[in-house]
Amino acid sequence: MDFSILQYQFMQNAILAGLCGGITCSIVGVFVVTMHLSFIGVCIAHAAFAGALLGVWLGFNPLVGALLFSLVSAGIIGPMADRGELNPDTSIGIVFSLMLGLAFLFMGMIPGSRTEALNLFWGSILTVSRGNLIFLALVTAIIAGLAVAFYKEIQAVICHRQVALAVGIPATLIFYGILFSTGVTITASLRSIGGLLIYSLILNPAAAAYQLTYSLKRMLLIASVFGIISCWTGLATSYFLDLPSGASIVITSSIIFGLATAFSPKRKLKRWQQAQLTG
Amino acid sequence: MDNMVISIKDAVVSYREDVALQGVSLKVRKGEFIGIIGPNGAGKTTLLTVINGLGKLVQGQALVLGLPVNERSGIKLRKRIGYVAQVENIDPRLPINVRETVMVGRYGRLGLLHRPTQAQWEDVDRVLDMVGVAGLAQRPIGHLSGGEYQRAAIARALVQQPEIFLLDEPTASIDPQAQREILSLIQLIHREYHMTTLFVTHDLRTLPSICQRLILMKEGKIWQQGSPGSMLKEEILSQLYGAPISIPAKAEIAF
Repeated sequence: MDFSILQYQFMQNAILAGLCGGITCSIVGVFVVTMHLSFIGVCIAHAAFAGALLGVWLGFNPLVGALLFSLVSAGIIGPMADRGELNPDTSIGIVFSLMLGLAFLFMGMIPGSRTEALNLFWGSILTVSRGNLIFLALVTAIIAGLAVAFYKEIQAVICHRQVALAVGIPATLIFYGILFSTGVTITASLRSIGGLLIYSLILNPAAAAYQLTYSLKRMLLIASVFGIISCWTGLATSYFLDLPSGASIVITSSIIFGLATAFSPKRKLKRWQQAQLTG
Repeated sequence: MDNMVISIKDAVVSYREDVALQGVSLKVRKGEFIGIIGPNGAGKTTLLTVINGLGKLVQGQALVLGLPVNERSGIKLRKRIGYVAQVENIDPRLPINVRETVMVGRYGRLGLLHRPTQAQWEDVDRVLDMVGVAGLAQRPIGHLSGGEYQRAAIARALVQQPEIFLLDEPTASIDPQAQREILSLIQLIHREYHMTTLFVTHDLRTLPSICQRLILMKEGKIWQQGSPGSMLKEEILSQLYGAPISIPAKAEIAF
């Protein structure tokens, strides 16, 4: 196998984008998976995609549109899920379908060639620019820094939100921080992974790690390693077999999740739960 | 009046169209152990949430530990108030163990950006030992039985070093043996720490004998209150619950 390709700038950018994307998506993924907020994350991902397409249509930076839409959708979904005026599944489903509708509307309004829009759709880690890479690296550093700085509050909120609230932790602030971090992470990874596939990279490594450990610190570490492996393996597959990069990354992460589930020590839980019920 | 830690006047709380509390007034002295009973939907839990600032007052005032209860003071107050709810159904795969869960009680007082010290972890171990679950410290929290989970929840509240202890049906959904053990533990804690304690239950058999005052709630109001001896009468309880009630034998209620 010829590795001389590693000398080229575009491949170095892709490898670094995989490293940063793998880490940051996995960190927010751990929070989202532990809080059982998967559908909220999917919804934010589609909002970011719709915002980016608005940017392409109106001629401003798509990432600005993605950031605005993802933050606004997080700001709408959070209270809807919290206040319980509607069933959370219903309210999030309505926002999700609205975002999908807007994405297709903006796509339809884009005049001429839709190459940029399609790139946002599928993602292309091999063509990620220096500017995008710096933005992604910055977001990764901020998300990882916040996760370390507020680790104890985050752990309390994602595992015991009501308890966290009752002991005087600013649980609502942390909850919205997690939703906004998800939006920012999706925005930063949009170009390399793609609007349709980004959420799998958030969900799969974290869900795989969730199968393997009862320690949150270990879960963050394992998920990050899985995220990086998914990106790099997907990248290599994409380059050597000439396959779409975003799809390769997501399929790799899905295989990792399948393996983690098959070999999960937590599978024993089912037997333990049955024993509890019958005993 | 100086030793009054809770003073609620004409509190009204509503959740959308439902009025959960209708003009409730209550004063609690430091160190009192109060039992709150009443049928489901009587407003017992809502009264506790008014005290810890999670329930939003539509009308009326509440003064707790010298602070007026409002959104701004809520977080400050909750750091000084221990709260134990009934056993919740939690994911057995949750990535947090019993020791870490108990330490969560301290996080509010610790404040943002501060890590627990070795001495604080030792406090957690001491309290776990006191409530009888030291051997389960490293076990994932989702793997505990109902009784063990409640002991851990009580340990979490104790680690918080609260001045007021709110217990919201802590013995619901657990077996009778575990209920007896939890009640003994609650009474032991009250005797040792002299915390102001409010204990909510709808099951008379789980009313601790240490109770100094009994509040009877019905339809969002304090219907009657007095000493347990004067309140635990079949006629009063039958009116409270809207059905004939026979008083459990003393052995059944005094744990």
